[in-house]
Amino acid sequence: MQKIGVFVCHCGSNIAATVDVARVAEEIRKEPGVVHAEDYPYMCSEAGQAKIASAIKEKGLTAIVVCSCSPRMHEATFRKAASRAGLNPYMVEIANIREHCSWIHKDREEATEKSVILARAAVSKVNLDTPLQPGESRVTKRALVIGGGIAGIQTALDIADAGYEVDIVEKTPSIGGRMSQLDKTFPTLDCSACILTPKMVEAAAHEKITLYTYSEVESISGFVGDFTVEIRKKARSVDMSKCTGCGVCQEKCPSRKAPNEFNRGLDTRSAIYTPFAQAIPNVPVIDREHCIKFKTGKCGVCARVCQAGAIDYEQKDELITRKYGAIVAATGFDMIKLDQFDEFAYSQSPDVITSLELERIMNAAGPTKGHLEKLSDHKPPKSMVFVQCVGSRGQTCRDKSYCSKICCMYTAKHAMLIRDKYPDVDVTVFYIDVRTPGKNFDEFYRRAVEEYGVHYIKGQVGKVAPTEGGLLVQASDLLDNRQILMKTDMVVLAAAIEPDPDVRRLATMLTASIDTNNFLTEAHPKLRPVESPTAGIFLSGVCQGPKDIPETVAQAGAAAIKAVGLLAKDKLVTNPCTAKADELLCNGCSCCARVCPYGAITYEEKEINDHGIREVRRVAAVNDALCQGCGACTVACPSGAMDLQGFSNRQITAEVDAICR
Amino acid sequence: MSIEKSEFRPKIVAFCCNWCSYAGADLAGSSRLSYPADVKIIRVPCSCRVNPMFILRAFQKGADGVILCGCHPGDCHYSTGNYYARRRMKLLFSMLDFIGVESGRTRVEWVSAAEGVKFSQTMNAFVEEIRSLGKNVRLEDLRCRNS
Amino acid sequence: MRREAETLGEALRIRRKISREQIETISGVDTAKCMKCGKCTASCPVGEEMDIKPHQFVSYVNRGEIEPLQKSGSLWKCLSCFACVQRCPRDVKPAKLIEAIRLTVIRERGQNYLSPDEIPQLLDPQLPQQLLVSAFRKYSK
Repeated sequence: MQKIGVFVCHCGSNIAATVDVARVAEEIRKEPGVVHAEDYPYMCSEAGQAKIASAIKEKGLTAIVVCSCSPRMHEATFRKAASRAGLNPYMVEIANIREHCSWIHKDREEATEKSVILARAAVSKVNLDTPLQPGESRVTKRALVIGGGIAGIQTALDIADAGYEVDIVEKTPSIGGRMSQLDKTFPTLDCSACILTPKMVEAAAHEKITLYTYSEVESISGFVGDFTVEIRKKARSVDMSKCTGCGVCQEKCPSRKAPNEFNRGLDTRSAIYTPFAQAIPNVPVIDREHCIKFKTGKCGVCARVCQAGAIDYEQKDELITRKYGAIVAATGFDMIKLDQFDEFAYSQSPDVITSLELERIMNAAGPTKGHLEKLSDHKPPKSMVFVQCVGSRGQTCRDKSYCSKICCMYTAKHAMLIRDKYPDVDVTVFYIDVRTPGKNFDEFYRRAVEEYGVHYIKGQVGKVAPTEGGLLVQASDLLDNRQILMKTDMVVLAAAIEPDPDVRRLATMLTASIDTNNFLTEAHPKLRPVESPTAGIFLSGVCQGPKDIPETVAQAGAAAIKAVGLLAKDKLVTNPCTAKADELLCNGCSCCARVCPYGAITYEEKEINDHGIREVRRVAAVNDALCQGCGACTVACPSGAMDLQGFSNRQITAEVDAICR
Repeated sequence: MSIEKSEFRPKIVAFCCNWCSYAGADLAGSSRLSYPADVKIIRVPCSCRVNPMFILRAFQKGADGVILCGCHPGDCHYSTGNYYARRRMKLLFSMLDFIGVESGRTRVEWVSAAEGVKFSQTMNAFVEEIRSLGKNVRLEDLRCRNS
Repeated sequence: MRREAETLGEALRIRRKISREQIETISGVDTAKCMKCGKCTASCPVGEEMDIKPHQFVSYVNRGEIEPLQKSGSLWKCLSCFACVQRCPRDVKPAKLIEAIRLTVIRERGQNYLSPDEIPQLLDPQLPQQLLVSAFRKYSK
């Protein structure tokens, strides 16, 4: 029989306000095996932990139960405290009487009763706990960053500067991401390329960083410290070692009808291309869908003009398998498709554009060489209307429920830049709320209004109708309580941003959780914002939630230091709650091995001493380093030989019994 | 006691996987989204850890309803655990149905770590259903009953 | 029986007070979901004509001030075209609110203003089908 100590936490008033903690302690004292029970205002405090330690020593406790907050919060704290007092850390169980009891119930009687039952269940479980010893696994000192935007670049640079090898996998032909498409950045209005390009160059030149551009992650297996990743290097059709980046092939390419993704499809590019002038690596890619050689077999102009002989039409996709200790997801975002928002006439008029398209139009390397003009007739606009929250903050099926966060600021930036460069253009912004939390953000927005004379109207645009000589905008002005009907030349839609669509597939490969909006979930919304709940996976940038460049860079650095913290370890302590087969019961049927997602179960011929009978039997053996402790095998086992340490059949049954008592 | 003794208070066992549903229940708690105290949660590493025997055991011991919550299909922390759980429960439920246990007494739900609201709604709906079904008399082993 | 000449205003004086809950039950709308973006008013084809704009209907009902709405001209200006319902990002359905309030007025007066028998005389092949549907929505209980 265990000698169990129970410690009931008040959590200030969080628990004590709805649960009679003294009565819980009193009731639980009656349980068999419980030799000590007490309550204390803050069990997780140093004084609280000292109480646990002294009780363990004085009363010779062999197991403890802490009735407190969720084990996801403080299980580790109490295990450490027990360990310091000389108790095996796995002889600790938590009864969650805060999140699962005091916070959701109002009735004191009811909540106290439930707390006692939860405490009893924990006592029944701890009674059957056995001391466990964690194993060790090695750490591969190399990190993988998925996504080569500003988030990925910054994370890779920070990890590499700490002295570890990093690989960046980027699916497009160049690193740079969305930031490379931007013209200017808020709130300082410095040019995006000017601050991004040096970082791209630095990443490419860094001896610890390897770039895999035009590549995608094919599969991921393994676990924290020891991931095995397969990377598909798509065929560029250009030999990277020979190409000098002279650009002649792009000039001479006769196929010029491919939509230019970098300019959001506003113009076209050649079939052999680099996405933009400062692309890194500066090696073009042949777009086989549009290349005449690949379509008809007759062309080969690029191969003829290439002095370096770098063009290779025969090139094939290449699969690379590498081992990594940590993986950082930095997959970024895209704007939502606007086909569901036809009231804004986006599909009907070329003069209705998204803000990212405006960004390209304003950029000197863009489709209009930086001149602000209507795409319908290439004339400068006289007035422009900006519509905020298109597809953000909604609850219908076409909307995203979240605020896209960056639109208020970039709209203020656009409005300001336009008024600065073209003072004759009248700019009106329709907003629901102007949200400017950030350093110097509100000042920036006020400057747009006060110094640049941008009209901000609280209200929404209900309809945009293309008419002769302009767009007719019907909108509301809520502060003046009127409806507005106005003519304008261009409408810019601040479309919602959404995570890159590939992130779903990636999350499945990473076994990282994802929320209903396809953003990767962090381990804790406040305290572990850059880690995924899956160990060894870190989150950088917009794949975790909408954020602007400064925030992305800050998070990228945070993700890097977390990854470095992991890589700096030589060995990792593994979870000892692994499966274990009872050799006397196992009949070697292989049912468990078939359901194991990690291939952790193998079979060995072993001499077994079954109550004096010695014979060689085929029995299951679990590799503790591979087993993650899901327990799928325990249920599959027909003979009941397989059990999960820390969550054994007897323990869970005891919990069930305690609850149903 | 504020709750009248005559009112039926079901015993409900909820098995929640550590990575999604248990976290979802924590979120329901920290968001103060209430559900009846009749629900008691048992933490398991994954929904696939739940042996159908645990559920039968709960009924034998007098539980009136058992709910199993796991990660959404495709989101399992152990990649495939919830698929196993789904198949096993399908079999168990058809057997329970065969022996005449109301199908409403058992349920499998997918609740992610971000779905505190869904967790509380699910639990409210489940308790409501069990209350309408009344006491579990078919599977309870009277020898297990206390006093 | 009520006199034909009885005005709307007179009818209102004898009306019992309608609560927010009643309107929300009839319409199936949760006014608390409104985020005050003004998309309804922006979408309304007769928004200019209205004395109380569609978005105000939502906030009036939310505050429980039903009577001014019952007396408003907007109640009858609404075309029941449902553009606001279609475009509302929060799924609040302002037109359904207006309809519910209209219903309380029509019920109080105990009259249908349009019966199916009158349709053939009113029918004009140029009219869109929706107009008839809207007219029914507006003028019958």
